[in-house]
Amino acid sequence: MDLDKSVIGLTSDEYVFEVESRHVGQFVTAIGDDNPLYTDDQYAKESAYVGLIVPPTFPIAMNDGKVKMPLQLDHRRMLHGEQEFLYYKPIRIGDQLRCQIKVRDLYDKEGKSGKMQFLKLDTEMNDQTGELVCISRMNIVYRAAKN
Amino acid sequence: MIKDWVLEDLTVDQKLEPMMKPPITKVQLAQYAGASGDFNPLHLDDGFAQKIGMDGVIAHGMLVMGFLGEYVMKIAGKKARVVNFKMRFGKMTVPGDEIRCSGVVKRTYEEEGKRRIALDLTAEKVSGEVVGSGSAILQLT
Repeated sequence: MDLDKSVIGLTSDEYVFEVESRHVGQFVTAIGDDNPLYTDDQYAKESAYVGLIVPPTFPIAMNDGKVKMPLQLDHRRMLHGEQEFLYYKPIRIGDQLRCQIKVRDLYDKEGKSGKMQFLKLDTEMNDQTGELVCISRMNIVYRAAKN
Repeated sequence: MIKDWVLEDLTVDQKLEPMMKPPITKVQLAQYAGASGDFNPLHLDDGFAQKIGMDGVIAHGMLVMGFLGEYVMKIAGKKARVVNFKMRFGKMTVPGDEIRCSGVVKRTYEEEGKRRIALDLTAEKVSGEVVGSGSAILQLT
């Protein structure tokens, strides 16, 4: 079944994600990223971030694996086409961020193999004071169902 | 680490020194699966990947974006923050591939009294196949 515009605005439940040092360490090790901004306190303090931060793609790892998506999707039809991060405040180890997934947009396009749908999902992350820290925006290509 | 750029001196169309990553390994894909929480067997299980028509496992697209993220943060150095970063996924990446990250200055401008630099970014294989194309905006402090 195709999606329709009524999904726009749907949200997941809010969940709290705690940024842990060990997790950030595993993430930079997997990428092979040796930037001292993630590990060297002194270096990071002298930087534009004035303290340790997490790598720019780390928000993708900020899912608790349990949160229910705002809508039902068939994973076999999903293709992660594009990813965008909008950064408002630095993410620090120890942060407890309130996260919520929202359906930002849905639109159709005619492709070579029939109609394709494009879905934009935002994960918004706010700090404890309610200030926006980061948006992780996933652009998903949702292919037509096979008959 | 790549050299420290004097960000104020960057000019439009200037090419930035590329960064080469070592060949992607299957162990790295397992590490990335654990760290990111993406345990899709397409990245971990050759048998599964072959069943759906691939030669074997493919790398997580977000790992490639992680490489570009490493690159852009090294360009930003100590003097800038990254305010926006995006990437469109291209060709698939497999274990053994060596990814080269490169960038070009697209635009320099002022916003809210701060200097910003927009970069175009590319991640490609040695063969020249593009696996990710993206952009980032740096804000100088």
